[in-house]
Amino acid sequence: MLTILFDGIAYGLLLFILAVGLSITLGLMNFINLAHGAFAMAGGYITVVMVNRLGLSFFWSLPAAFIVTAALGASLERTLYVRLYDKNHLDQVLFSLGLIFMSVAAVDYFMGANQQIVNLPPALDGRLEFLGASIGYYRLFVIILCSLLTIGLQLVLTKTRFGSRLRASVDDQRVARGLGIDVSKIFALTFAIGSGLAGLGGALATPFFNIDPTFPLKYMIYFLIVIAVGGTTTITGPFLSALLLGVADVAGKYYVPAIGGFIIYTIMVLVLIFRPQGLFGRVTGR
Amino acid sequence: MTSLAADTRVATADPGTRLVAKARWRWPEFLLWLFAIALIWIAPSRYLLFNEIVILALLALSIDLVLGFAGIVTLGQGAFFGLGAYTAGLMAKHGMGTFPWSDPLLGLVGAAIVAGFVGFLSSFLVLRGSDLTRLMVTLGVALIVQELGNKLDWITGGADGLQGVMPAPILGLFDFDIYGRNAYLYSLCTLFVLFLIARALVNSPFGLSLRAIKGNLTRARAIGIPVERRLVVIYTVGAAYAGIAGALLAQTTQFVSLDVLSFERSADALLILVFGGVGTLYGALIGAIAFKAMYDVLASATPEYWGFWLGLALVLLVLFARGGIMGLMAALMERFGRRRMGDA
Repeated sequence: MLTILFDGIAYGLLLFILAVGLSITLGLMNFINLAHGAFAMAGGYITVVMVNRLGLSFFWSLPAAFIVTAALGASLERTLYVRLYDKNHLDQVLFSLGLIFMSVAAVDYFMGANQQIVNLPPALDGRLEFLGASIGYYRLFVIILCSLLTIGLQLVLTKTRFGSRLRASVDDQRVARGLGIDVSKIFALTFAIGSGLAGLGGALATPFFNIDPTFPLKYMIYFLIVIAVGGTTTITGPFLSALLLGVADVAGKYYVPAIGGFIIYTIMVLVLIFRPQGLFGRVTGR
Repeated sequence: MTSLAADTRVATADPGTRLVAKARWRWPEFLLWLFAIALIWIAPSRYLLFNEIVILALLALSIDLVLGFAGIVTLGQGAFFGLGAYTAGLMAKHGMGTFPWSDPLLGLVGAAIVAGFVGFLSSFLVLRGSDLTRLMVTLGVALIVQELGNKLDWITGGADGLQGVMPAPILGLFDFDIYGRNAYLYSLCTLFVLFLIARALVNSPFGLSLRAIKGNLTRARAIGIPVERRLVVIYTVGAAYAGIAGALLAQTTQFVSLDVLSFERSADALLILVFGGVGTLYGALIGAIAFKAMYDVLASATPEYWGFWLGLALVLLVLFARGGIMGLMAALMERFGRRRMGDA
């Protein structure tokens, strides 16, 4: 019981780190970036290459995954995404779907279509018994790291000047611009950080899921649910919804394996019926 | 209907004449359909490919109704396609090739009813929320149906697919031959009939009210269009169309695999529509032809990297060629000072 809760929390936190960038970019620019999962996949494959091919430590691959995907995100944002902010949602969906297809095929070309397995460093292998629950070191590591990141993000958002500018831009872009805030610069930075976090999440997820080229498509629905249930105006919303989803998904697959796959969709449907604006979302004019 | 009259009266004195004028047939349309029939003699060995194109075109057409005219961005039309395929497949399989159940036309009706019913139920979810939630819901419904198809393997055959689909001869007269000639004609006729219905639908006051909703939801509601009801109707019709497309695939290939429910199919159909041009009806047909031609050229060289070219084409299309092929053609026509044909 506790073990499942624990695994669920680890999974949920991971989902949050994966999806938070998407939530902010969506809230900020009203841009639907389905290709967010492609950045996560990039992070995952960076880990695979560094650990399995180059023999570097798993710990080094985490910051590398963050930095490389953040750089990738920043360059794509400046060259391609920036042209699509004023287009309609259909165009954005098609564009990001196109990016997904390209990234899937490209990864297939360079890395092969089969699943990649990353071996954990010995320090993170093994389990510990605590209050009758069996806790994997790696899951503990993920929980601690993701919690620190979440706290860090929240602090940046609430305490720093950049954070208040960001929040102002999310709340009302036009007024923020009028106040002299350089929204497009903030957006570029946020996009880069969001992509970087997705990359880091992908790297962290690789030992769990064994990454393969279809990753962006497989997890697209999870990201969408996290965002749609959590709303895009805060990061607490997606945080709670990611936790809920993680715990429900893990518990569902453990207790009722026959219908476990349907649990998250059931949540999705129920939320939509009773709270169409998202479980934690505010009702805004948007 | 009264609301609509009010809507168009501002623009012209007589909305009826205007609608009728818009709905008139133009020569390129005749040409396209005649060409489709002429293919029987032009390229008798490629029936299977043509049949596939027709089915894809019908699926894309179903998306055009929902997306092009009502503005609902959907990633899950494959769910209805698959439901239709399994319905028709199961009916043909358990009907043992005899009249009531194995009859292909009744199979189409059954598929339309089942897919339309599920579409009707899920439309209430689609109504809620923004484009993002619509994406999530359409995708989610598709994934649920896919998962069901996989889990209910005693009905669907699971990963092995549904075998032994034996539809009776069409109208009791024309058997499905191995060359696929009758299959192609059958699919083409179905597409033509459904196309006519769709064409009438979008040129009717109902279709105009949908476009009003797509253009501006708040204003559409303000002038008295029952937005929710209209969206439910068109989403249900779109689902039924997709179901019929799936049924055609099941009957003409006499096999149903889990692949009919895949996300790729929904995405492909969406791409076809965008290639061809959204909101034109003919875009779906022309897009399907272009898509298959592109597939033939690019995928025959490197089938596993087809996705890359597809993605690239999409990105370029969004950045540079909004409106797809129909948009380009309309622009060309405009340049030559002719009336636009695609604006159906």
